[in-house]
Amino acid sequence: MSTALKEWPLWEIFVRSKQGLEHKHCGSLHAADAAQALDMARDVYTRRQEGVSIWVVESKAITASNPDEKGELFDPAADKIYRHPTFYDIPDEVGHM
Amino acid sequence: MYTQSFNVPDSPGGKPVPLAPSLEDPVLQAAFDARIDADGRIEPQDWMPEAYRKTLIRQISQHAHSEIVGMLPEGNWISRAPSLKRKAILIAKVQDEGGHGLYLYSAAETLGTSRDQMLEGLHSGRAKYSSIFNYPTLTWADVGVIGWLVDGAAIMNQIPLCRCSYGPYARAMVRVCKEESFHQRQGYEALLEMMTGTEEQKAMVQDAVNRWWWKCLAMFGPPDADSPNSAQGMRWGIKRVSNDELRQKFVDATVPQAKVLGVTLPDRDLKWNEERQHHDYGAIDWDEFWATVNGNGPCNKERLATRVKAHNEGQWVRDAALAHARKQQERKMKEAA
Repeated sequence: MSTALKEWPLWEIFVRSKQGLEHKHCGSLHAADAAQALDMARDVYTRRQEGVSIWVVESKAITASNPDEKGELFDPAADKIYRHPTFYDIPDEVGHM
Repeated sequence: MYTQSFNVPDSPGGKPVPLAPSLEDPVLQAAFDARIDADGRIEPQDWMPEAYRKTLIRQISQHAHSEIVGMLPEGNWISRAPSLKRKAILIAKVQDEGGHGLYLYSAAETLGTSRDQMLEGLHSGRAKYSSIFNYPTLTWADVGVIGWLVDGAAIMNQIPLCRCSYGPYARAMVRVCKEESFHQRQGYEALLEMMTGTEEQKAMVQDAVNRWWWKCLAMFGPPDADSPNSAQGMRWGIKRVSNDELRQKFVDATVPQAKVLGVTLPDRDLKWNEERQHHDYGAIDWDEFWATVNGNGPCNKERLATRVKAHNEGQWVRDAALAHARKQQERKMKEAA
């Protein structure tokens, strides 16, 4: 860790609102290390019992797709409508399928 | 939650000046405009015009500073709250304001500014925060009135910000607004309780209302005619409702609340206008407002000095936490080796 670092590093916070649901991104905060990030996330993001579990990830550890390339990245899925159940015609008398 | 619904230049002395049009890549600009027109959202990695970015950094950081400085006038009353119940409530409220400041600083950081830069702006006196906190909280009734009127005005201002075109700001505001209704209700309820007390206590409530009312009306910012950047803010989907419209909504909402509470609002011109279906109200003293914005309110120096002192006295904690983290990491590396 560089000694020039004056600011605490940035962490992304994910909170599971209740057992059975996924962790969801809810914001970020600065903390010196992971343990402190957890403590701070408790105070900043769960003051009203918004969560039963917290994940913290250092922001710089996240690799994100480039929004400028979202065309090329997601387009290939656009013309594959046969991946959706509504693509198929099933006779009414079959009922729910 | 606190903001002035407009955005003043951070440099000293300034009333808002019209934004200079910037030269941007026409193709990128057109795509940006199209997304705004479609009421779409802008996210941190998306292209945006420099003026949009700068305006947001200034507005969100001023908003964050307001939350942080806003802890001071009420924080003064934590040790003097009249009961354990009121003390617990006030601590929770002040802690919320700190939290709101943190959500907002994080949102501003997604635009490419850093926490240190923003704090430096605040502590050097260059950055603005809501002028409402440059007035003193003289009695316990002031704490109730801040909840009822100051937070009430802020709620009016900030509900439209939940639909702001910049995603991280809008999401932060959704969190803030969810927590905010408690702030206003606890203030109003504390005042209701005082109004069942002695004549002296009732007079204290009326006095606090008299001192804060006009300052709350000014929180919405200058009249639309004197807000050169409002139109641009609307165009960008940052501002959704005009200053005067929000102010009118606040007056109309507050009049019946004052009646239930049993206080009068200190404005002889305040009356229902049947034709407009709104209340008319008197003229706001904008000279006083600008004097306070520009550093000459009763508490500007004290608030800033308190903030800077707290920050400096916390320096060793921040240093110690970093040193601890470094040591832990070194120990882990040694064990692994």
